[in-house]
Amino acid sequence: MSAIRGRAIQVQAPGLHTTVQDLGRKGYGPLGVSPSGAADRLALRLGNRLVGNADGAAALEMTLIGGTFLFPEGAVVALTGSDFGASLDGAAIEPWTAIDARPGQTLSLGPTRSGARCYLSVQGGIAVTPFLGSASTHALTGLGGFEGRPLRKGDVMQIGPAANSFRKKTIAAHVARRLSLRNVLRFTAGPQADCFPEASLHAFGETTYRVGEQSNRMGLRLEGEPVAQLPGQQMITEGVSLGAIQVPPSGLPIILFVDQQTTGGYPKIGNVIAADLHRVGQLRPRDEIRFEQVTLKTARSLLIEQEKTLASIEIFLE
Amino acid sequence: MPTPISDGARFLPASDQSLLIYFGEKITPEANQRVRKLLALLASEPVAGIRNLHPAYCSLLVDFDALKLSHGELELILRPYLDRLEDVPLPKSREIEIPTCYGGEFGPDLSDVAALHGLTPAQAIELHASVAYLVYFLGFVPGFAYLGELPEALQTSRLATPRRTVPAGSVGIAGNQTGVYPFATPGGWRLIGRTPITMFRPDRSDMSFLSIGDRVRFTPISAARFAELENP
Repeated sequence: MSAIRGRAIQVQAPGLHTTVQDLGRKGYGPLGVSPSGAADRLALRLGNRLVGNADGAAALEMTLIGGTFLFPEGAVVALTGSDFGASLDGAAIEPWTAIDARPGQTLSLGPTRSGARCYLSVQGGIAVTPFLGSASTHALTGLGGFEGRPLRKGDVMQIGPAANSFRKKTIAAHVARRLSLRNVLRFTAGPQADCFPEASLHAFGETTYRVGEQSNRMGLRLEGEPVAQLPGQQMITEGVSLGAIQVPPSGLPIILFVDQQTTGGYPKIGNVIAADLHRVGQLRPRDEIRFEQVTLKTARSLLIEQEKTLASIEIFLE
Repeated sequence: MPTPISDGARFLPASDQSLLIYFGEKITPEANQRVRKLLALLASEPVAGIRNLHPAYCSLLVDFDALKLSHGELELILRPYLDRLEDVPLPKSREIEIPTCYGGEFGPDLSDVAALHGLTPAQAIELHASVAYLVYFLGFVPGFAYLGELPEALQTSRLATPRRTVPAGSVGIAGNQTGVYPFATPGGWRLIGRTPITMFRPDRSDMSFLSIGDRVRFTPISAARFAELENP
């Protein structure tokens, strides 16, 4: 028998904030639509590879505290990103490894033991009606994902069709370690870097910031030494890019993230580089971070290097 | 930071995977028309490697795949687009009405705004409803149209502390702009009224009630009419 139909995932406990995410929606900026998508794209892509999906298949993104999920007809699953202490019917299971959940088995996750987010990928992907070409949830506006909202107890989601082929695949520990937390975020100069005096730009690179409690997928609010601006600066609202570090009048920077507003009127001192955005997705409230400036050229080489690493990751068969 | 000038347009990297194109440093309908023309041209003749576009008053943010393009390469591709802007036709502006119930619980800041400018609330409403505003762009959240320009006699700064939640349909003003909140979101604009119209509907073919380049008028309605329109 090839594709198994009607497989599902039942939410017995949703966790703190669990949403359906894929690699996000592209091209709807002119409508004001945010990209959304996985906060840690690398973890999502690797999770999908472990279960044999295309990189961009929809998975569940859990935040800080994981949920409990029942697979009535079974499923091939993998957990990537941060370690949320998972067990299958009470027996501890390894992250970064494909697992064959038998019909009726329950996967339970707890609070994080490392970063902010853990991904549950299932073979076939989470099947929801796409909105503008993506399964990603934008919870603020109730668009996309599963009914546009974080999951609740009792939700039942369908799993997409897939040949139920289980092979025990795992990602080498040293690779997973390379993707692990790093509390120095590299950035390139922002379009309004000249709104800040030299002393501010210098202090920005020297300050240790703390991730504020009000942080979410729209933005990470940082606490620490306020960044002073040159007086009399006025800017016109313009498009903002993913990872933009904007400085409101309070001087406390905000990193705009995956569920970001598409335009904004605060000056941007810098922008987190593409190769470090997945790390932003693993930052928890109260984590301490620093910023390190790099050139556009360096940022691009780092991204190309990261893609090469990803392409060459050996998925071991046990 | 490279900031070359090309035919009045200025390029500036916004991040390692995005490029800003500025058409002047002032909010003018002319600069905005160039934004809309470039947006239209890029929609009809897409560039491989461009992932997203964020239009604004007088700039366009181009988000691209840095594995496929560099800032310099993208700039070289975009220059011939800029040279052709004069000849790009724009769709005729639609004229759209937004029925709005001003003041009271729908517009909790109306009396403050009026008082700040030495106006009665009725005068403030009349002023707000007197202009055919241009939709400069949609931004912030889906379907949020940035409308301008607000009459000078009504121009008011944002609230010092933004509201945690602004009800969907709220009509707000900030500086020389006005707009309608399509969703219940946080917001710092001063609220002067509310419309019963759903500004963004994913089940509608064009989704956003307003499109870039539209001309928009607010029409004062009563609370009774608001209720009728809300539950037809």
